[in-house]
Amino acid sequence: MMEEVKEVTSALSVHGHNIKITDVVKDGDVLTFVIVSQKLSGTGEYHVDRTWDDFEWLQQHLFSQEDVPGIQGVIFPPLPAKANGNTSAKVIKQLGVLGLGEWQPYVKALETFLQLVATHKILNKNKAVEVFLTSSDAPGRQKVKKNIFNRLSQAVEEMRKEGHKDVDEFFQTERDHNLVLTGCTKTAAEKFLDMVLTEQKIAVACGHFSAALHLCVEPGEDPDKKAFSRLCVQISEVFNSMKKNMTSVAENNVNTLGLGLDQESRYQEAEKEMLFRRTCKLVELENATRNAEKAKPVKKEAMEELKTATKTEFQEICRVAKQEIKQFQGVRVKMLQQALVQWCERQLLTAKESADQFNQHLQAFREMTQ
Amino acid sequence: MAASSDRNPPPFPAAEDPEPGLTEPADGDSDEGEDIFVSKTNPVSVSRGVSQPDRGGEDPPDLFGEEEAGSTTAKSNGVHSDDDNDLFAEAQVELSTDKPGGSAQKELSASSTSTQSPAAMQPTSLEQLEEEEAKDSFDVDVAVTNPEKVGDGMNAYVAYKVSTRTSLTMFRSKTFSVRRRFSDFLGLYEKLSVKQSLHGCIIPLPPEKSVVGMTKVKVGMDDPSSVEFVERRRAALERYLQRVVCHPSLLQDPDVREFLERDDLPRAVNTQALSGAGFLKMINKASDAVNKMTIKMNESDTWFEDKFQEVEAEEQQLRKLHAVVDSLVNHRKELCGNTAVFAKSMAMLGNSEDNTALSRALSQLAEVEDKMEQLHQEQAASDFFIFAELLSDYIRLLGAVRGCFDQRMRAWQRWQEAQSTLQKKREAEAKLLWANKPEKLQQAKEEITEWESRVTQYERDFDRIGMTVRKEVLRFEKEKAKDFKSQIMKYLEAMLQSQQRLIKFWEAFLPEAKAIA
Repeated sequence: MMEEVKEVTSALSVHGHNIKITDVVKDGDVLTFVIVSQKLSGTGEYHVDRTWDDFEWLQQHLFSQEDVPGIQGVIFPPLPAKANGNTSAKVIKQLGVLGLGEWQPYVKALETFLQLVATHKILNKNKAVEVFLTSSDAPGRQKVKKNIFNRLSQAVEEMRKEGHKDVDEFFQTERDHNLVLTGCTKTAAEKFLDMVLTEQKIAVACGHFSAALHLCVEPGEDPDKKAFSRLCVQISEVFNSMKKNMTSVAENNVNTLGLGLDQESRYQEAEKEMLFRRTCKLVELENATRNAEKAKPVKKEAMEELKTATKTEFQEICRVAKQEIKQFQGVRVKMLQQALVQWCERQLLTAKESADQFNQHLQAFREMTQ
Repeated sequence: MAASSDRNPPPFPAAEDPEPGLTEPADGDSDEGEDIFVSKTNPVSVSRGVSQPDRGGEDPPDLFGEEEAGSTTAKSNGVHSDDDNDLFAEAQVELSTDKPGGSAQKELSASSTSTQSPAAMQPTSLEQLEEEEAKDSFDVDVAVTNPEKVGDGMNAYVAYKVSTRTSLTMFRSKTFSVRRRFSDFLGLYEKLSVKQSLHGCIIPLPPEKSVVGMTKVKVGMDDPSSVEFVERRRAALERYLQRVVCHPSLLQDPDVREFLERDDLPRAVNTQALSGAGFLKMINKASDAVNKMTIKMNESDTWFEDKFQEVEAEEQQLRKLHAVVDSLVNHRKELCGNTAVFAKSMAMLGNSEDNTALSRALSQLAEVEDKMEQLHQEQAASDFFIFAELLSDYIRLLGAVRGCFDQRMRAWQRWQEAQSTLQKKREAEAKLLWANKPEKLQQAKEEITEWESRVTQYERDFDRIGMTVRKEVLRFEKEKAKDFKSQIMKYLEAMLQSQQRLIKFWEAFLPEAKAIA
């Protein structure tokens, strides 16, 4: 018997954990990303250009692996939404905090997506991953056949299944917990964005004040006027420093905790979708079981077969799901920790720099002779 | 804070809250170079010889002790003209503990709890004392505190405590206080402007009337916007009085003394129509009248014309600045709201999280954000009280400056009109000489003499008012530069403090974040 799934080697010829997006180019509405991955064998890199549509192509391929047992139990790494707004306001509406910071957080989110996919023991076996990362041609842009699990935008009856009571305590707990966390995280991410947008407004207002003060500077030999003009220039510089400070604070927020909360929020949604798929399969199994019991003798065998098949599928899903959940919990906590530590470190640095700046300004004022 | 409270600015700390950063910003100007949180305590009050045994560390800091940085301004408002220096250097600096002064002081100490009180006062060295004495050459400090609602319903009003501490002998005692209401302040302005502006003085303006603000207060003084309104008004009244007593001529005015000293001040009656906006309207109307004058003034000295244009231009610039600061203040208040909401959402997230280290870190994060909200509030108050109010004060003061230029023009007008009347009288006399009517002639000669002396008088008035205006404007500009400088320094100090507290928050949080397994 050929050893298959237990093989360590994946279909991937590159390392997954250090995939980087080194550049992003905007041409009209289209963003092109330069993705660099390290060859497994010795030195050497692959450099490829990809657009968001290519990412989606990859994702669709991953979704449509019907022959992989238990595939529905996989928590698919979340892909951030497409950015195709023509105003920054529109982009922010589409992407939330990822729409800020000159694409930096957006790029990071895409990077994380690729890293998670390329290191995923089930997903990285799909040839599409290899093609995406190494092929110099853009992967075929034709739409892959409609996959069985699109986004969780189901009809109302489907939504009712979400609350369906579970047969397994572990999963019921996980579902309940996930429901609460998804809500909380989404709210936190939204409120964080509000905060950052206001910080940006403050930075702009400080800039205006700084500029307006320059208008108060008047020429002239009059000593009192000169003193006042000098004062205005100094005050203008103070407000310029304040603008820089606020801008840094907002940037730090976006690139660390903002990104982290957004990532966590989307990842929780991905778990939610997986749990929902499993629940749907559970409902399907319960229906199949009922049908098998109630079936008239003529249909009975067919119903029993269906029930057995469904049961196997369901069990596979549960098996995969348990692994995935364990993995997921580890990864998400690590990601959040990184975000929090980075956030704290950068804000601390900014605060220290600002304190220095303000101190310098204060000294300058003290030294100003009346 | 819920979204609805975004409409209501977060309450600026009420008088009760110990918010060290905020008393000072409210009160005008100071050229105290030192960190306000150090110098506003004993140094200056000690220099006043305040060494009462009963006011040790346990009692709440004396009214003036903490107002010092604010009232230091009173003395540093560029009133150090040479003669003043000599006068006050010798003035009695020690405050006696006995007699009316003492009891007034005790009263002050006891009732100062409601003002923002910083840390307890610290004893200072003798050197510092001498240093401070050298600085204090102008010994009148005023403070406006303890706003209290008097009465009920629509007839209610707010009474403020006006406290004075002085070493000037023209006052009956060294420290005293009276209760005054807003219309009393307006009344003082009205009296002063009628008298003093004839001399070309720049009369400081009291704060604006506000029907909306006062109605809210009449209804109840507890909600945040009323608290904010009363605090803003109290601070503005204080700055107004400080500017008045800083002005050497105004201080001599008996109305000012009466306002500060007299227990029962007759109610000002004509203030119904008076308001800040009303004053400016009056000044603008006068300007228009001057502009419409048929006899244009020939300035022998372009100083006045140039200065007037400068003043007008500056007023416009300050208005622009004020608009920007206003929007800055609003954004900061918005940030307060945002931060509070975010903090709550993080607290909820922390509670729902079952990884213990992560849960703890998230809850800590929520606490950090709560503290930041507090910082943002203080920052907003700082922006407001230091800059926005400074700019409004100066916009109105510049209006007052324009007012005194107009006074000069009117003086010139009077002189010109007197001259032309004299001319007419002389022509009439000449006619009478021809007509040979001796009795009418006598009268004509008398009138000519009268008008000749008037012309001389008005010319002298005009020259005098010109000199006063020049002196006033120069004094104003010096004060303005000092004011702005001290305010920006206060602001920077507050910002620096904020950043330092932020640094502490972050340093405390970092290990928590790292500890997440």
